[in-house]
Amino acid sequence: MRNIISKKVEEMQPSGIRAFFDLVLGMKDVISLGVGEPDFVTPWPICEAGIYSLESGFTSYTSNKGLYKLRLGISNYLKDKCGLKYCPDEEILITVGVSEGVDLVLRSILEPQDKVIVPQPSYVSYGPVTELAGGVPVYINTAKNGFKITPQELEKNIDKKTKAIILNYPSNPTGVSYTRKELYEINKVLLKHKVMAICDEVYCDLTYDFNHTHFATLPGAIDNTVYLDGFSKSYAMTGWRVGFACGPKEVIAAMTKIHQYTIMCVSITAQMAAAEAIVSGRRFVEEMKREYKRRREFVIDGLNRIGLTCHKPQGAFYAFPSIKKTGMNAIDFAQSLLKEQKVAVVPGTAFGSGLDNYVRISYASSFDNLKEALKRMEIFLEKRR
Amino acid sequence: MNEIIEILEKDARITPEEIAKMLKLKPQTVKDEIKKLEKNGIIIKYKAVINKELVRREDSLARALIEVKVVPQKDLGFEKIAERIYSFPEVTSCYLISGTYDLLVVIEGKTIHDVSRFVAEKLACLENVRGTVTHFLLKKYKEDGVILKHKQENKRIAISY
Repeated sequence: MRNIISKKVEEMQPSGIRAFFDLVLGMKDVISLGVGEPDFVTPWPICEAGIYSLESGFTSYTSNKGLYKLRLGISNYLKDKCGLKYCPDEEILITVGVSEGVDLVLRSILEPQDKVIVPQPSYVSYGPVTELAGGVPVYINTAKNGFKITPQELEKNIDKKTKAIILNYPSNPTGVSYTRKELYEINKVLLKHKVMAICDEVYCDLTYDFNHTHFATLPGAIDNTVYLDGFSKSYAMTGWRVGFACGPKEVIAAMTKIHQYTIMCVSITAQMAAAEAIVSGRRFVEEMKREYKRRREFVIDGLNRIGLTCHKPQGAFYAFPSIKKTGMNAIDFAQSLLKEQKVAVVPGTAFGSGLDNYVRISYASSFDNLKEALKRMEIFLEKRR
Repeated sequence: MNEIIEILEKDARITPEEIAKMLKLKPQTVKDEIKKLEKNGIIIKYKAVINKELVRREDSLARALIEVKVVPQKDLGFEKIAERIYSFPEVTSCYLISGTYDLLVVIEGKTIHDVSRFVAEKLACLENVRGTVTHFLLKKYKEDGVILKHKQENKRIAISY
């Protein structure tokens, strides 16, 4: 049987924490701070638009690029929001979440052995998908710089084979985001060395301390950037699977070629719902954002108080505290916490190597859950003092 | 809207200390602000929201919405007659509304008979009440923004990236 599987896939590293995930899924009454999606249900007007589209008989394929109405809505929204101009005909593609967008862009631009810089900790798919596309991920551990890549560190890691960088901000798993000034410096390095920016900005609406800067709005960046975003986090629509990619028309055309043969198009029901989200969903986004922000203050304060040192994340719904003081490694910590106190967190090792001193805590959970989980974690830590 | 109100409207049991953490304020500031809201009558009271659909039958109540047509009084308009009506303890809500009638009154009683009796003997015969139409409530689906269902199960998978 072994020979059936391609060498490339055979050699892919399975996630080292799969066993831990299975342990969580097999246990009852766990308070999980390990969930990477909103705890809100999709706002009803958006669901209703999906249902209505089914009732009206919209059950067919859409154009490969996605419903024109949705692309136009995204185009207008971005123009109004920050002056970003993407033509709905040629520069926007509707994808199955940002996940598909990442895959498409990498497959579109990479030649064998091209390098892609991936600052870590990072979302789990970037490295493996780069490898599947024939590229070589170059991981840069950013823990010592507050989980941000510096222009110097970036420049040091660029060579002739470097094709792109994947920037994810606000970040899953750290919640860290970049100010406009920081991005400005990064952009200068990228333009100088002709390295493309692939920006996963799916958490952009959940930025709390300053306005989110879309990378493509930086001077000269728009022709060198593929901007990936989606409806999952902002509008609590993870299960609908709608994302979009905006970029130079050659890149979008290349991505569309792959997309049309592999995916054909995103589900029309989900696209109809997403189109409604742009029209009537903003007030829900604002409401959810206020709620996340309040939880952030509460959780960060709580973690630091019980002795898990934690930088203050500027966005998303994650905290990434250090567990160094406990003397345990991330997997032991997560396993013992789960077994003793029934609280689930994700070991930092899931998001890159050299992250054994960290765990990811998601505050996309009710206030009561967060309060109870912090209490249990405090008991857990006190036993080890 | 004041964010303290937004928080307390969702969960009145959250303490001023917790609110202070969420909003990065001093606990005393939050306490003072809440006092002010209470004093100004913006926060009227704190109570549990009960799903009466799940309460044992003998404790449950009959409810009716009553459309009431009244004759407004000179100088007083609807105020006096509204006051006479909403002062009855059986009246849980009372609204002046536009349209084909004037007051919408919500009545609660132990049984349908209690409610009917109240309408016939107390409400309909008030001076200035010209007529009433009674609608008995059959089932409550949603009340004050809360959907009345059995406890929702968690639909997310317990752990994900």
